[in-house]
Parts: sequence; C-alpha cells; structure tokens
Amino acid sequence: MVFNLFKKKDNQKKEDNQDTLQQEQQANEEAFAISVGSLKEKVSKTSEGLVSSIISLAKGSETIDDDMLDDIEDKLIVADIGMDTAVEVIEKIRGQKNSIRPEQLKDIFKQEFVQILRGAGSNKINLKENQLNIILITGVNGVGKTTLIGKLAHRYKSQNKKIIIAAADTFRAAAQEQLEIWADRAGVDIIGKYDSDPAAVVFDAIKKSKDESKDILIIDTAGRLHNKFNLMEELKKIKKIIDREAPEALAESILVIDANTGQNGLKQAQVFKEAVDLTSVAVTKLDGSAKGGIVIGISKELNLPVKLIGVGEKINDLKDFNAEDFVSAVFD
Amino acid sequence: MFDSLSDRLQDIIRKTSGNDKLSDDNISDTLREIRRALLEADVSLRVVKSFISKIKDKVAGEEVTKSVTPGQQLVKIVYDELAELMGGSNTPVSTEGKPNIIMLFGLQGSGKTTTAGKLAIKLRKENRNPLLVAADVYRPAAVKQLQTIGKQINIPVFTLDNSSDVRNIVSSAVAHARENGFNTLIVDTAGRLQIDNELMAELVILERLFDPAEKLLVIDAMTGQESINVAESFNEHLDVTGVILSKLDGDTRGGAALSIAHATGKPVKFIGMGEKLDALEAFYPDRMAQRILGMGDIVSLVEKAQESFDIDSAKELEKKMRKSEFSLEDFMKVQKQMKALGSMDQILGMLPIPGLNKDARQEIAHVGEKQLKRIEACIQSMTPEERRNPDIIKSSRKKRIALGSGLPVDEVNRFLKEFENMRKMMKQMADLSSNMRKNPKKMSSMMNMPGGLGALKGKFPPFK
Repeated sequence: MVFNLFKKKDNQKKEDNQDTLQQEQQANEEAFAISVGSLKEKVSKTSEGLVSSIISLAKGSETIDDDMLDDIEDKLIVADIGMDTAVEVIEKIRGQKNSIRPEQLKDIFKQEFVQILRGAGSNKINLKENQLNIILITGVNGVGKTTLIGKLAHRYKSQNKKIIIAAADTFRAAAQEQLEIWADRAGVDIIGKYDSDPAAVVFDAIKKSKDESKDILIIDTAGRLHNKFNLMEELKKIKKIIDREAPEALAESILVIDANTGQNGLKQAQVFKEAVDLTSVAVTKLDGSAKGGIVIGISKELNLPVKLIGVGEKINDLKDFNAEDFVSAVFD
Repeated sequence: MFDSLSDRLQDIIRKTSGNDKLSDDNISDTLREIRRALLEADVSLRVVKSFISKIKDKVAGEEVTKSVTPGQQLVKIVYDELAELMGGSNTPVSTEGKPNIIMLFGLQGSGKTTTAGKLAIKLRKENRNPLLVAADVYRPAAVKQLQTIGKQINIPVFTLDNSSDVRNIVSSAVAHARENGFNTLIVDTAGRLQIDNELMAELVILERLFDPAEKLLVIDAMTGQESINVAESFNEHLDVTGVILSKLDGDTRGGAALSIAHATGKPVKFIGMGEKLDALEAFYPDRMAQRILGMGDIVSLVEKAQESFDIDSAKELEKKMRKSEFSLEDFMKVQKQMKALGSMDQILGMLPIPGLNKDARQEIAHVGEKQLKRIEACIQSMTPEERRNPDIIKSSRKKRIALGSGLPVDEVNRFLKEFENMRKMMKQMADLSSNMRKNPKKMSSMMNMPGGLGALKGKFPPFK
C-alpha cells in the first residue's frame, strides 16, 4: 500500500510500506498538531464578533457619522440578517444619531434585535394538557429535521410524556432507519411504512395516537425544496389529514432552518408558512460558525417566533430559544 | 436558479438601456443596485466589494466609449466579470491513482451521500468502474443510506461492519478495489463543522494517508455569507481540488457559487439539480453568467436532451410526426422522455423566452403538469388499439374512457380534438427540430420565429 505521509512537510518520496503502524501514528499526530494549531487561530478569528467591531468603529469618534453606519450595515449583512432588516434598523438609528453616543450603539442594536425576535410572539412551545398534541416538522433537505425530532422526543420522554413519532419521510434512502435509531435512543414508539404515501402514515399515526392516548405525536417529513410544487402539495395534504382527523390537535407546525442558510431562508419560511400554517421556527447547527441571522428576518417579516435551537449532534443538544442569549451570541 | 439576481440585473440593465451614455449618475445608481442584488443573492460581502470596484474601473475607463449602446456595454462588462468571478474554465474529474480516490466532505446536511451516488453514476457513464465507500461512521443510518442508494443505481458499496475507524475502512476499501477491479473509489465522509478540531483532523489524516486525487467540498447552494469561511477553512486544511454545489434546483440565488470560487480559486465542478440520482450536472461559469443575465441556458438544454433522448426512437418519432402518423402511444413515449429531461419548470428555465419570469414560468409549469396528468389518465383508460388509432374513438368509447379516467366526456372530446390539432402542428415542429439538430446554436433565435415556440402560445387552452 502506498502511503504518502510527508507530502506537505518535506517532500520525501512516496514509500511502499507494509509495516505502517508507526508511520500512521506519526502521521496522525503530525496531522492533528497541524490541524489543531491552525484551527485555533481560525476560531479566534471568527469569534471576534460583530459588536467588538462596532465598538472599535465607535472608539475614537465623538459622533456617529454616515460612514460608521454604513460599516455597521456591512457587518449586519455578513451576519445574514438580510438587507431589508439591516437597512431598516440602520435608518432608524440614523434618525436618532444626534441623540446617542457611539458607545451606546452596541446596546441599542441589541435592543432592536431582541425586540424584533420577541415581537413575533412567545418563544415557548405550545402544548396542552390532557389531549393529543401534534408537532409537525418540515423544512428543506439537510437542515436536520430528523436529528431535531430525536432530541425533541428525548426531551418529552424525560418529562414522562407519552410520545409517538410518525416517520412520514417515505422518500429519502434510509430516512426511516435514521429516525428509528433516534426513536430507540429516546425510547419512544415510532410508526411508518416504506414506500407508502406519507399522508397515509400520518393518518395511521393519528389513529394510533388516539387509540393509545398519546400526549405528543411528532411527525417527520421528507426534506423538500419549497419551489417543488408537487412536494409542497404533498405537505398540504398531510396538513389536511391532520386538520380532518385531529382538529385542534396541531400544537406546533415547526419549520427547521439551518443556521448556515442565507437569504433564501425567508422564501423558505414564506412558502412553508402558506403550505402548512407554520407556528414557529427551529434553528439547527448553531454550534457551527454561522450565527443564524436569517431568523431575525423571518421573525420580522413573517411573524414567526423561534422556539428551539439545535447546538450539536448529541441527544441533549436541544435548547429553548432565548432572544437575549441569541442576540448576544450573534453580537458578542 | 439565480432567478431573482437575474431578474434584478435585467431590470437594472433595462433601466440604463434608454440612456445614450453611461453618466456618473446612472453608473452609481446602477452599481448600488448591483451591489444590493449581489448581497441579496448571498454573495459574500468581500467578493461583492471587489466585483463592484472592478466594474467601476471598467466603466470609468475608455472602454465605455467603444460601446454600441451603453446598455449592451454594461451587460457585457457585468457578464465578463461574473464569468471570471465564478472561476474561469472547468477541469474534468481526475483519473489519477490506482485506484483513483475521490473524497467527498462538507458540513452536515450539505448532500454528500446523495452526491456520492450521483457522482458514481456520472463516472460509470465515462466507463469507469466506481466503488462507493461508506466512511460516515457517525450519523445514524448514514451507511444504510449509501447502501440503499448503491442498490438503486446498481453500484457496489464498501462497508466495514462494526468499524468506526475511517482509516481502516478506507484502507480496506483500497485493498478490496485492487482485488476486485474497481478503478475508482468514491469516499463518503461524515458531515462536520469546519471548526470541529477532532473531526477536521480525521479528514486531514485520511488525506495524508491516501492522497486522494480529488478532494471535493460539497456545499449547499442555499448557504449564506458563511460559505466563504466554510470553503476557506476546508481548503486551508485539505487543499480542496474542487467544489460541488448541491440543491441548486431550488430558487436560491446561489451567490455561494460566486463566493466560493472567488475565495478559494477552486472550480465548482458539478451542481446538484434535484433529488433524482442523475441530477448532477457540470458547472460552466460562462453559461451561468449568461443565465444570470437572462440569456438563457440553451447549450445545457441541448446537451441534456442529447444525453437523455434515445436518438433512434427520436428519429422514428420525428418521421411519424412529419407524416402525421403520431399516435397517442407515441405521445406517452414523448412524455416519458420529457420527464427524464427534468420538470417542466426546469426545462422552461433553460429557455431564453423573453418576458418569461420565474412566477410566470412556475405558473405555466403548474398548469401544464396538472393538465398532463389528466391527459395521462385519459390515455391510460384507452385500449392499445384506440391509442394507436384515435380515429376509431366514437361516442360509446368516449363514454367508457371518461368513466375509466374520471374525466367528463366533453373533456375527453376536447382532448381528442386538440390531439388532432397537435398532430398537425407537430409536423411543423418536426421540420423545425430537424433544423435545430443541424445547427443547435441557432436554436435560440428559432424559438422566436413564426412557427417556433411562440406559435404554441394559446393553442393549448388549459383543461378546466
């Protein structure tokens, strides 16, 4: 076997070697050292956040001028907050610029964004006692719906709720197995059938939930791009089944948004909202470098509160959304 | 794809088209609009700034005076810059190494596993013998997902049960490939954050040990401003050889494509255009720039058509069309082939039809596809003889067909009448298409000719 161990370091020739253990070890350590070193640098670079740059902009200046605000607008855009929202907040502050001092900018910005996030409604998951609560989970492909459901099931299981998961992603390869593993980890029931109509799975799941007097039914759906007409029609059908078979039971209709998502997130929220009457948003992958600024635009434009955040791949990596913490994480 | 950006730029260009010269005023207005359009398209701010300053330089220089009209000049400048920004020319996938190793990596949910399957099909079409390697040992059922995909496309998947050591998996796969005559390994790795030290180290180790000929970063086309940091970080550690932009069949403006290519200097090799496993296409920056500017993407369409159409049966159909022998059976065949090309919306999106914006296109596609479903139901309720020879369908047959398809009789009637009209028109179209094949470059201008696509307008009132 050919191992090219020193390609980058000292350009030694490729070596044919069967006895590779020691070399592998060496390569591991070497690679790890290189990797960790430069990564640390990277992390510190990204953690120098928005507000510190606002402060450094503000320092040494007595008044807030237009250039300063333009620079801040740039920073907001880089956080994926979106042109419209950024411009609106900037203009609001431009209007008051003579009555505020540069060092106040940070708190004023934070306040603005907390207000936007709060203005969209309560950040608490809406659950009713002594009845079936259905939670419908939707989103585009690869945002982390299944993982979120695993974590959510675990959370409610720990609160001694009776839970069942409906595996209505009957399309993607191995989606059901993935969800089964999560259901198993959380120790909850799961219902689903391969290659069947997702609406039929939902129908069966509602029936089973009623028969067994479950507290919560979480419905996983296949990822779909919101511009695929037929797939969105399929979702509407699922919603129709829920409304017909269990009126008043739909507690939350949650859109899952990947924190890395850019301005397309707004369009996603808009179209999904029309299709399944969204009640809230969950942001996933917030443990990454992306700040998820798009949800500020979503809260503002579509009045959809953020309720849950995903911060990792472990079963406990699910948190309730808190507007202040979120804004601080975005800005600090 | 890139719809809104394209719409916006067209809008800007239209605004300036009326002016005789690019004045300082309308340059700065235009530039501000372009900046805004690009930012809304998720092009990274850094890239936007350099783009705008380049445009500014060109417009300010003497080149302006050489223009035919200022509008055309601006189109040319913006187009050239966009094409350059997106990375210059594309290079084919390397075949080096025995076996040739292609490693896929990226953030969670970017579409690596699906892309691995798509890439395998693509390479098999190039007469390579690929083996898929399941090296995502973390995500639940990731291995099973790749196995399922492998089964769907009939390409073997190498797995190592109970092993969570990716080095072991890949080295066993290499040995397996050598013994069993696979010349290409496609390694599907787990999704990871670029700031996750441990998992990035795992990739670096694989890279050092196996020296993959291709190290392809898979990035979601919907990614926002962060795309530039993700791409830079992966590139820094792994010296990426290329990028695959997934989920570009959505309506994202896809600014990530511009940013990544610009920031890393690495080409976007492929674009993911749908959930079907053959929906992986080559990325051509120049075509993409044309597309952004609303010039359509006729070249892609022609190539795609060549790939998915069976030439012999197409010729036979054409003969039938020309003689008006085209039957309902043939109609169904054509429908099947059309579906292989993509959704109606996708196909329309590639055509440079003037005034056809995204909304109109989706509406047409929606109405069209719905209508086609009814037509299909109608045809499926016919006997083979009726399909071959629709003339024999008289009133009692019509009633039966209506009953079978669940459509009212007058709709069956109307469809048969329209089919007859269509047959006549097909004769025209067949003549047109034989011209097209001789000279595909002229296709776009023919679309606007009398008897071309424009002539179809209004000939198919929607079924109600």
